[in-house]
Amino acid sequence: MKQVYCRPESLKDNANSYCPGCGHGIVHRIVAEVIDELGVREKTIGIAPVGCAVFAYDYWNFDVTEAPHGRPPAVACAIKRVLPDRVVFTYQGDGDLASIGTNEIIHSANRSDNITVIFINNANYGMTGGQMAPTTLPGMKTTTTQNGRDVKVSGYPVRVCELLATLEGTRYLERVMVTDPANINKAKKAIKKAFQAQLDRKGFSLVEVLSPCPVNWGKSPLDGLKFVKEEMTKYFKLGVIKDETVQSQA
Amino acid sequence: MPERKIKIDKERCKGCLYCIEFCPRKSLVVGKGSNARGYAFVEINDEGKCTSCAICALMCPEAAIEVRKDK
Amino acid sequence: MKSAKQLMKGNEAIAEAAILAGCRFYAGYPITPQNQIPEYMSWRMPEAGGSFIQAESELAAINMVLGASVAGARAMTSSSSPGISLKQEGISYMAGMELPALIVNMQRGGPGLGNIQGSQADYFQSVKGGGHGDYRLITLSPSTVQEAADLTAEAFYLADKYRNPVLLLSDGILGQMIEPVEFSEKKFPKLPPKDYILDGCEGRKPRNLFSLMMAPGALEKHNFKLAAKYAEIESKVRKFESYKTEDADILIIANGIIGRISKGAANLLRASGVKCGVFRPITLWPFPYSEIKAAAAKAKKVLVVEQNMGQMVEDVRLALLDDSKVSFFGRPGGGCPVPEEIADKVREIMK
Repeated sequence: MKQVYCRPESLKDNANSYCPGCGHGIVHRIVAEVIDELGVREKTIGIAPVGCAVFAYDYWNFDVTEAPHGRPPAVACAIKRVLPDRVVFTYQGDGDLASIGTNEIIHSANRSDNITVIFINNANYGMTGGQMAPTTLPGMKTTTTQNGRDVKVSGYPVRVCELLATLEGTRYLERVMVTDPANINKAKKAIKKAFQAQLDRKGFSLVEVLSPCPVNWGKSPLDGLKFVKEEMTKYFKLGVIKDETVQSQA
Repeated sequence: MPERKIKIDKERCKGCLYCIEFCPRKSLVVGKGSNARGYAFVEINDEGKCTSCAICALMCPEAAIEVRKDK
Repeated sequence: MKSAKQLMKGNEAIAEAAILAGCRFYAGYPITPQNQIPEYMSWRMPEAGGSFIQAESELAAINMVLGASVAGARAMTSSSSPGISLKQEGISYMAGMELPALIVNMQRGGPGLGNIQGSQADYFQSVKGGGHGDYRLITLSPSTVQEAADLTAEAFYLADKYRNPVLLLSDGILGQMIEPVEFSEKKFPKLPPKDYILDGCEGRKPRNLFSLMMAPGALEKHNFKLAAKYAEIESKVRKFESYKTEDADILIIANGIIGRISKGAANLLRASGVKCGVFRPITLWPFPYSEIKAAAAKAKKVLVVEQNMGQMVEDVRLALLDDSKVSFFGRPGGGCPVPEEIADKVREIMK
């Protein structure tokens, strides 16, 4: 028999602590596959967030560092300046990137730091038990919006890709989801393109991944996928928001 | 033991049902037992129907599935 | 071999000394009275082949330093009091992760926005925590521009040797003063290659750096390990200056620029027959408790002088365990005493 698929080398053979059906598991895996396919495992340095993926270094089989909450883009910027030929990426959730870390992501994008950012958008703060995130949808119930998010009190969901697109330093921004085989393939393609952009020294790239959080949403995994596909996409449009990887100079 | 087309690490499976949902041949089912962590893990139901398309492995958040193809 | 003597502002001397010590990463944010440090670094660092970033905040800057340190570079940031407050989270993380770096605090008046004059009100912040958790910052307090340059060079060695952040605690006066300085090429002992940095796992197993330890007992064990390191630093790294202390009836204890001004006061007093000496701690952590106890043993009185409302004096009281001997004279909020003023205070307490 011929092997068609097995665990990528860049993914350690450890059980992960994510909930059943969590999008993190899928995205960790496809990031690992991309790193293997590009042959850069031995020169990759990842920066883990504070969030459910705080233990990402237990799952990825390459150098990974912790960073204070929200600060991965600053940490990544510096690592890339010190070691410009390494592949440096951050992996961040809604709180890390779009709340406490908003200043860092904006300025990293503005500097066009030659790094890759994987942004996991599951519309809540997973690790701390399901509080409102900047990406929580209007009307969505969370532990800090128990009657549903009221935009008069808490403002509106933040569309990170569109926000960053206004900055001249951003080169490639795409929003994807991991809800079904076709979309997982698209997500993987986008992630590969973002890493390739770094290898080609194009500048700052970010892939936003709409991801299920079944437990905090109070849904089964399959219903979680449905929520991403049918509800989240109403607010967060899928597709390429910005792509200057062709024109931009190395 | 002969090589199988689908090998599922039952101890890694968390029973999220993504693989079952998206298998085009409906070759996978929830097994009768539970693993050490208490999850009802997924098993291959009918290896004959499997085409080694690897959609199950594509969906799996645990990377618990290995896929082989008849030569 | 020393460089030619040149006149330099304290801030610039610190920056130049860092470059000569091999610092190849600087991130900082403008704040008075240390702006000359990022300004100098903005052209000197690229000239030396390193990276300079004017960060979006002091918070971003310390995290950039964290990243540069993760990648193995000698890295530095500088700020002044309110900006150092912003850096506390990053400093705590770096201590927990055991990452080396130099943080420079050119203190200004506080609390809050305060003013832009020199001050010593960040002593507690520097040696009693500042950030959360059990950790220590090696804290160095220079009193001249020359000493600031020398301690900057030593700071990088100490940071790498002990895998710990080091704080150069100075102030707006020294930062702005222009004095002659010679940059020595003092060679520090060679250190082993950094076997913990993240530079890609080619030829080795992947590494991680973290301060989160959730497994039962793991964090407790880590804290004991850090404490053992701090105990080693306490036994090996203690710097101070004893100025005319051997026969002193009255001992002034002061650090940094105030230590220097106090020497002027001691000279005035000696000229009028008062046997006054100055003990000037240079490492504020580790604090020279036993050396202070020995120096003050024969003195009748001790006067602690600080540009704050009384911070280092608590450590002096701890050193002596005899409160009846200790007096305090403080000028907070940027106030700065002249030698005569300190001498008058000495005369007052000698009555």
